[in-house]
Amino acid sequence: MESKSYTTGSRDNANRNLEGSKTLMASHFLRALFRIQQTSTTRSSFAGRRRRIRRAAYASMAYSAGTRRAWSRALLRKLRSRARLRFPRRLSRAARPQRGDTDQAQVLRKLVPGGPGMDYCKLLEETADYIRCLTTQVRLMQTVMDSISS
Amino acid sequence: MSSRRARSRQSTSSSRITDEQINDLVSKLQAVLPEAHIRGAERVSAAKVLQETCNYIRSLHREVDDLSERLTELLATTEASSAQAAIIRSLLM
Repeated sequence: MESKSYTTGSRDNANRNLEGSKTLMASHFLRALFRIQQTSTTRSSFAGRRRRIRRAAYASMAYSAGTRRAWSRALLRKLRSRARLRFPRRLSRAARPQRGDTDQAQVLRKLVPGGPGMDYCKLLEETADYIRCLTTQVRLMQTVMDSISS
Repeated sequence: MSSRRARSRQSTSSSRITDEQINDLVSKLQAVLPEAHIRGAERVSAAKVLQETCNYIRSLHREVDDLSERLTELLATTEASSAQAAIIRSLLM
């Protein structure tokens, strides 16, 4: 990403910190924010706009990981069905027991998208990636907040 | 891939997943938790890692909710709208 055309240092830093899937995440989220801002009227409720922004956050996470991950595939499915995004989820299927699998792992399954369908090893793997993506999204939202309010 | 093997062996009592593989996955998970740099290579029990993982994910979900709220507030102020339009456009380029 070319940063030479920008005049302020803070914008340069924001762009240098983004690369690869993070860039994808940022551009998706920012475009969604822009759309929400443009289409928000005096009639649209605060709660409605907040819901759309929250949904955009999870959507940009899911699109940045694409179909490469089980958690992002599950999240994409949920977003496309326009179901409510709720964590933790109510589990309808019992997971099969496996070595190391505990009640705590069941709790974790409710927190990670696609968790219920994962065996213990897959759950551990997917969770690490999900957390990496979540922290990136949170940092992105904080950066956007700082940019707008400065 | 260990996960593929795990799925096919799930129903048998003699699992082909070794403790070592699970420990490896648990320590990789520990590495993305906060304070991972403080703990370094110190071995924490899998139970503790799972518990902290759940707490951390919950706090991250709350942060997304909180930041969504604050962004909604920010974007609602009319004097911010022209400034933010310029900023968002520049961040996108």
